[in-house]
Amino acid sequence: MLHYTLQRLVVAISVAITVSIVAFFLLHLSGDIAISIAGPEATPAQVEAIRQQFGLDRPLVVQYLEWLWKAVRFDFGDSFYFRSSVVSLIASRIPVTLTLGAISLCLSLLIAVPLGVLAAVYNGTIIDRLALSFSVIGQAIPTFCLGLGLIILFSVTLRWLPVSGASTWKHYILPSIALGWYAVPAVMRLSRNGMLEVLSADYIRTARAKGLSPGVVIFKHALRNAIIPVVALAAVQFGFMLGGSIVIEAVFSMHGLGYLAWEAIARNDFPVVQAVVLILATIYVGLTFLADILNAFLDPRIRLA
Amino acid sequence: MSNIAPSLAPATEPARFDVAPERRTPFSAFLRRARRHGGLLIGAGVLLIIVIAAVSAPLIAPHDPYAQNLAQRLIPPIWHPKGSWEHILGTDKLGRDYLSRLLYGAQISLLIGLLTVTISGVIGTVLGICAGYFGGRVDAVLSYVITTRLALPVVLVALASAALVGGSLEGVIIVLGLLLWDRFAVVTRSATQQIVRTDYVAAAQAIGCSTPRILFMEILPNILNALIVVATLEVAHAILLEAALSFLGLGVQPPLPSWGLMISEGKQYMFFSPWVIGVPATALIFLVLAINLVGDGLRDVTAPENRT
Repeated sequence: MLHYTLQRLVVAISVAITVSIVAFFLLHLSGDIAISIAGPEATPAQVEAIRQQFGLDRPLVVQYLEWLWKAVRFDFGDSFYFRSSVVSLIASRIPVTLTLGAISLCLSLLIAVPLGVLAAVYNGTIIDRLALSFSVIGQAIPTFCLGLGLIILFSVTLRWLPVSGASTWKHYILPSIALGWYAVPAVMRLSRNGMLEVLSADYIRTARAKGLSPGVVIFKHALRNAIIPVVALAAVQFGFMLGGSIVIEAVFSMHGLGYLAWEAIARNDFPVVQAVVLILATIYVGLTFLADILNAFLDPRIRLA
Repeated sequence: MSNIAPSLAPATEPARFDVAPERRTPFSAFLRRARRHGGLLIGAGVLLIIVIAAVSAPLIAPHDPYAQNLAQRLIPPIWHPKGSWEHILGTDKLGRDYLSRLLYGAQISLLIGLLTVTISGVIGTVLGICAGYFGGRVDAVLSYVITTRLALPVVLVALASAALVGGSLEGVIIVLGLLLWDRFAVVTRSATQQIVRTDYVAAAQAIGCSTPRILFMEILPNILNALIVVATLEVAHAILLEAALSFLGLGVQPPLPSWGLMISEGKQYMFFSPWVIGVPATALIFLVLAINLVGDGLRDVTAPENRT
């Protein structure tokens, strides 16, 4: 177990470093940042001054190493546009995104897992077909369309919930539904397939032959084993949700991390964009690492393979 | 021995020339199974209609999609009491005919889907085949590349890159093509790993075929089914992402009639005229649903064992 954990940790750290290289060079190779900061009306002398002020005249590798060295100590420099440090900006915005992601994940798991179990238990019946059709249709609805549709229905027509913002718990209901929606089909299919596989296993037949009630067989014997792959998927989906929340935050004007990134991209605010890309990728790497370890802990076949 | 029997059979009974002999080619078997798959038929039907509408847009569009008429702004569609036959789906905030824009928008969505998948498919397939065929260190390095790509937040990186290349149609296609190859690589890698151990690959190696020949003449045709399924589903993925990018204002730029852009432009009017976003959103959902149904159906029909 220790060997496996260390092995995964090395992979996770090196992926995080590679991502930092991508995040840094992606923005630096694509154009002259000094010109972007200075604006179109700046004279060559002003551009040159900005280049020296921000240290953009040094070799890229030196700039990268300095940026990385500061980044591991949570110093991402100052924002070009907001005139405050990137860390304080991110710290003020990230709670919204994390809350939104956590609620969305809980919502989608609460809907998807029971639906998957139901579809597997009633395999081949109308319930199974309805669940599968729901997942196919669900996947075709873009999150921003769903978000706008929810606003029109619940905020404009019924006037039950607020249109935009993130100040009370009511503001989180619609965005969480819209964001959690996208994960439902994948989680549902995985829990359905896991249950189908487990339900045909010998020990389930034994449990049934012993005369245990169907509820005990399904929830105590079958679900525990079928849920293992869902744990890993849930971690990955949480990472996707944090990354994908940019669209939902834009639709509902929630000032979270995604909204910050959107504003920063539109204004060529490179330090913010780099930091957000790096933080989201690192969270994702951390989540998949945790999922790997948890999976290996739950299923000895993985760590011994 | 069983394959000798049919070849002997015609000699004993008179051959019938009026009936074409029934050939059991893989393709005819595929067609037979496809005909019984409801989801595939519905998806293919809807997709065909959209493709025909997109291709013949210059012929059937009632108006110029770029022609503005500020006197006729935000006319509601025909089912609304104030609708008119002049503009069946109404007009947008600049008085442009919505049906015409929708038809030309279908061209953009389909173009982006197809070109993106061409780029990402080539990248992902080459990486996946090499990882699966060579194994060992090559596999370790390429798997690492795939893991790194998966760790990047797609929407965010696509947005940032699209903004940097200037948010044009070509820019969006290139950015998405360079980003969306992960599922191709994962699927080809595992499919290749299964095929590498087969006898015909060993035979090809034994008679001294070159490595590119083995990769692209022996292995590629045998993983094509899985690739087509992934390609179909990725077209839908690319179309959704383009719509999201354009919705956020950093994808396809106005005045091009991208559906995502139409939804974005209609957002400020949605409280009083919900159809401004309802029409392009419905079109988008139908297109993606049709493509997904075709992809899922193809998977069921070509490889029932891979059903998920």
